[in-house]
Amino acid sequence: MTVAFLYALSGVALFVLAFHALVSRRHLLHKIMSVNVMGSGVFLIIGALARRTPTADPDPVPLALVITGIVVAVAATALGIVIMLRVQAATGRPELPPADRN
Amino acid sequence: MSRAPSRAVLWLLLLTLGGGLGWAVLSLPPVAQGLGEQVRQHLQVSGVESPVTAVLLNFRGYDTLLEIAVLALATVAIWSVATMPRRRRGLAGPVLVFFVQVLVPFMVLLAGYLLWSGSHAEGGAFQAGVVLAAAALLVILAGAPLPAGAGGWPLRVGLMLGLLVFLGVGVLVTTTGRNFLELPPAWAGGLILMIEAAAAISIGASLALAFRGGRPRNARAGS
Repeated sequence: MTVAFLYALSGVALFVLAFHALVSRRHLLHKIMSVNVMGSGVFLIIGALARRTPTADPDPVPLALVITGIVVAVAATALGIVIMLRVQAATGRPELPPADRN
Repeated sequence: MSRAPSRAVLWLLLLTLGGGLGWAVLSLPPVAQGLGEQVRQHLQVSGVESPVTAVLLNFRGYDTLLEIAVLALATVAIWSVATMPRRRRGLAGPVLVFFVQVLVPFMVLLAGYLLWSGSHAEGGAFQAGVVLAAAALLVILAGAPLPAGAGGWPLRVGLMLGLLVFLGVGVLVTTTGRNFLELPPAWAGGLILMIEAAAAISIGASLALAFRGGRPRNARAGS
């Protein structure tokens, strides 16, 4: 059990916590934030596992993946928030209508 | 599903998920060679000295190209579903306006420095683009209007510049008999700097415009 695994397991905990929020919260902003925290957990796992190299330098390939992923996550979040605002404008509520009413 | 799952089912699901993921992480070898050694061996043909930049813009340039495409696509999607909300006055006090006037030139300078330092240390197009976006957000919050005419073609070209330059370079190198995005080692440093500069502008513009939450009202065709 090295420090890298401690960080990676923290990432797993973040992912699970945020997944709990994703399925239990109704407000769409909470759901968008949950997906963001889940993504942060994944980035933490990838970054931590990149430190398992025998030398002092981390593996640059996973780090490049994380940098790419952060930008995609920000873009997806922005799109999600704009769609949420449209849902609020259309239905008056920032949440999805219950499934059984359709 | 007609009703929300019960608490017990949810906790069982979460424990299974967390346990499975934790087990998957712990089952990995504690020391792994990774691809760092391979990257180090080929660093001299990448045109840059920073291994992360070498991976991002050269060895795995395809990922970065697609990622810039995703950013452009997100902007197009945001513009398709919404127009910019009308500006509300209120935030722009004299302190903020003064602060922005002092800070923004330094932020642009910092973005340029981050872009340049990406070739040999931490930094690069993403970091520079985010600083540019932050500078643009400060200007927006201070209440400065978009310059007249900038909402049309100049803005759109800026948004797509990174994708266009990256794609253009990727296609142009194929005329010398190389693969798509395979940068010639002698030119790689300059090409990477050019791609990163264009990408930083597009990333900064996309993020700042995402904050504005929609298509500019004056950016309809013909304006």
